[in-house]
This record gives sequence, structure tokens and C-alpha cells, in this order.
Amino acid sequence: MALQSLDIARRSATTTPSPKQRKTPEVVKLIDVSKCIGCKACQVACMEWNDTRDAIGTNHGVLDNPMDLTENSWTVMRYAEVETDRGLEWLIRKDGCMHCSDPGCLKACPAPGAIVQYSNGIVDFHEENCIGCGYCITGCPFNIPRLSKKDNKVYKCTLCSDRVAVGLEPACVKTCPTGAIVFGTMEDMYHHAEGRIADLKNRGFVNAGIYDAPGVGGTHVMYVLQHADTPGIYQGLPKDPGISPMVSLWKGIAKPFASLALGAGALLAFFHYVTQGPNKVSDEIEKEFKNEK
Amino acid sequence: MKNDPKKIIRYTPSERANHWLTAITGVLLTLSGLCFFHPFFYPLSQLFGGGVWTRILHPFIGVVMTVSFGVMFLKYSAQNIMTPADWEWMRHVREMAGGDDRNMPEAGKFNGGQKLLFWLMTACMVLLVLSGIVIWRAYFSFLFPAGLLRLASVVHAASAAIMIALIMFHIYAAIWTRESIGAMLYGWVRRAWAKQHHPAWFRDMTGGSK
Repeated sequence: MALQSLDIARRSATTTPSPKQRKTPEVVKLIDVSKCIGCKACQVACMEWNDTRDAIGTNHGVLDNPMDLTENSWTVMRYAEVETDRGLEWLIRKDGCMHCSDPGCLKACPAPGAIVQYSNGIVDFHEENCIGCGYCITGCPFNIPRLSKKDNKVYKCTLCSDRVAVGLEPACVKTCPTGAIVFGTMEDMYHHAEGRIADLKNRGFVNAGIYDAPGVGGTHVMYVLQHADTPGIYQGLPKDPGISPMVSLWKGIAKPFASLALGAGALLAFFHYVTQGPNKVSDEIEKEFKNEK
Repeated sequence: MKNDPKKIIRYTPSERANHWLTAITGVLLTLSGLCFFHPFFYPLSQLFGGGVWTRILHPFIGVVMTVSFGVMFLKYSAQNIMTPADWEWMRHVREMAGGDDRNMPEAGKFNGGQKLLFWLMTACMVLLVLSGIVIWRAYFSFLFPAGLLRLASVVHAASAAIMIALIMFHIYAAIWTRESIGAMLYGWVRRAWAKQHHPAWFRDMTGGSK
């Protein structure tokens, strides 16, 4: 499933280096929330390109549809009506995988090669290696991966790794009618974001800023937010996302250390046996019972 | 054989079956669980038909072990209450490992080490079952918040590592102490063995003859 044109920088449950001879430029999808009109064209384009079809849901009285990410809806628009110092604001955020530089999903995954990170920064699930344990869901700081009830594999946004591999932009970027979603090298996108933030600040959004989650080493999907100081108002975007210390503890140095300790324990037992000999019934007692008969 | 006066019954057939069912499921759980513990052990998943089968089977084997261990707990908990003599036995355990048992207080049916091991294993089992339910993705994980899942994942891995260490110790103690594996396989021990390793129990069983 991996493409040679996309070198793999990291591979789940793999302790030896992944192929990283070549270096591809890191890519970023920049989502400018201030330009989004909530048309959901990106959701449709995502479904079309990736051939996913979600079940027809029910109307919950809000524009969010579907209400949450699913194994078939890898991106959803989240609508928030928020009262700020500027009055009522309608904040619409396109939710989906952030493609973290330090992906919690990849860290948590126990199946070799089920989750990979290409050297261009895209984090991809290779479902043929997925065992359906759901550890990636536990590891993700953004609550993105969804386990399919149909095949027990997890699915999420691929950042159109297949399109990017052949020099195309992701489907959602291609279709966005307002240019709220742009795609390019990380350097270019930071540059573009700076311009957008300066523009927003000129318009009175003093707290406009970029959201790139330094807690996960940066992300390859970034937001320009009008109110970057309070990401929570964008339907619960986490303020300082990072891999939970629990996940780091669970997947950190403790396990290889514990494995070594268990191995050492087995060796210790063996050497105890060959140096001390077995714990047998003493000759004294044996004699006592022999004489009894 | 059953009425051979030289032999003392130590474990009944049902106790033995119960023990070995627990042991077999424990070994299967160790092998399948290690696959998810560290990538180094992932090849063990081939023993269970691959990663997906290992993921499916592990918790069900866990259910069998939980029931089997639970029966064993009910059977043995009263016999494993730690007495002052047992703590005294534990204080001399290093001499015992060095081959010198002169200062060991008389052990009953189970010695202090066996009793302590029983309680430690029970504690690990409780933690493993509780955390295991939380991280059983197919049926239960959706009921719990992400924070609890993360905590349960750590608890499950940590208590499993301790449990494996305890079981390894248990197996070695059985190998080291000659004839004790036979006791669990066939149910009986020689009178000499009983007097050597469990003198207080020996007196109980023989009406205080020696």
C-alpha cells in the first residue's frame, strides 16, 4: 500500500529504522476558519474521492451532518454560535485528522506497519495491517480515528496521500469554493498564514493566530483561527493538545525495561538452580521414613 | 494407591483440574498479551492465527481465566490467611533460597511465600480484569472516556508484567522444590516430602504422629 514516491519516516510497532534515505518536503493543509462559509463541499469531495458513503442520518436541528466523524465521514464541519466581544459569531471548523508530527495513534498502535508517517508528514492508516484493537483511538489527542463496525478496522483522513503522491492537492482543498483550505509545503503555508493573520488583526481580530499544536510536535493540518487564544470555542478544539502522559508511560521505556527484567528473572532462576541445586527432602527425613517400614 | 499410607493427598482431582485450567489460560493469555505489550513479542501472534485473531481471542481467554481463578480464589482464600509465623517465614526466605532451612518456622499446608504470592496474584487479577473490561474495544470501550481508557491501558500492562513475573516465580519454585509438580499433577505427596516442606500440615494430616 505504501508508495515508493512517499518515503516512510515512521512505522507503528517497529523498532528498527524505516526507509528514510530520501527527504520529501513536508506538506501542510491550512484551514482558514475565517474564510469558511460552511458549504460542506469538502465533506462531499472527501466522500467522492475516497468512495466512502455514510448512512443517512436524522436531523438534529443543527447544521452539523453527520453529527460526528465516522469510519465513512473522515471530515465533518462543526458549527458553533458563539457570543464574543464582537457580538454573535458563527464559527465553522472543518474537523478531521491533524496529521501530527508526533502522532499519538502511531505511538499507541501495536500492529507493525498499520500506521505509517510518510516523510512528507502525512499520517496514514494501512488497514490491511490493522488488527482492530482501537489503541490508536486511545492514543489520539484529537479523538479522530473511528473503528468500523463492518470490518473492525480504523479509518480516518489520509490527507489524500494518494493524490499528494502524484502531485495533486487533497480533494477537500481542490473543491473549496472560498479558498479557505489551501495546501502546500509547510514553509509556504506558514507564510500564507502570516498574511491571513495580519489581515484578520487589521480587521480587529486581535487574537487571530495559527493553531498548529506544538504539543504534538506541530501538525500537518493547521487552522487560522480568529480567536486563537480560545480554541475551545471552535466546538471543543483542545487548547494545548499533546500525547497524554498516560500514553507515553504505556508506550514508553517501561515496557522494554520490563521485558528485560522478566528475561533477567528467568536467567536468575536458572542460575540459582545450577548453583544452589534443587530443594529436596533432606537425607535425615528420608532415613526417618525408610526406617519406619 | 489411594489408600497407600505412605502418601498424603494434597490436591483433589477438581482442585487439580481447576489449577491447570487456570494455568493453561494463563499461559495463553501471556503469549497473546505479550504481542500487544511490545513489538518484540508481536511474532507470537502467529501462534494464534495472526494479529486479528490474537486481538479477538485474548479477552475471551481472559474471561475463562477469570472464572477459573475466581473458583480457585474461593477455594483457597481461607487457607492463605497470613499468620505471624508466615511473616516470620518470609523474613528467613533468603536463607531458604540459599539452601539453609534450619531457621524456617514450620509451614502449614501453604508456606508464607505461597500465601503472599496468592494475594499478589489475586490483586493483579482484579486489576487485570477491571482494566481489561475497559480496554475491550469490541464490547465495552465505548462506555468509557478516553482518559480512563489510557489509565486502564497502563494498569493492564503494568499488572500483566507483574503477574507474569509472579507466575515465573511460581513455576520456578515448583521446579526447584522437587516433587511439588507431581503433587499438582497426581494429587499426592510422600510423607517425607510433607514433613520436609510443610511440617505443620504433615502433623495435621497424620494426627500428630511425628
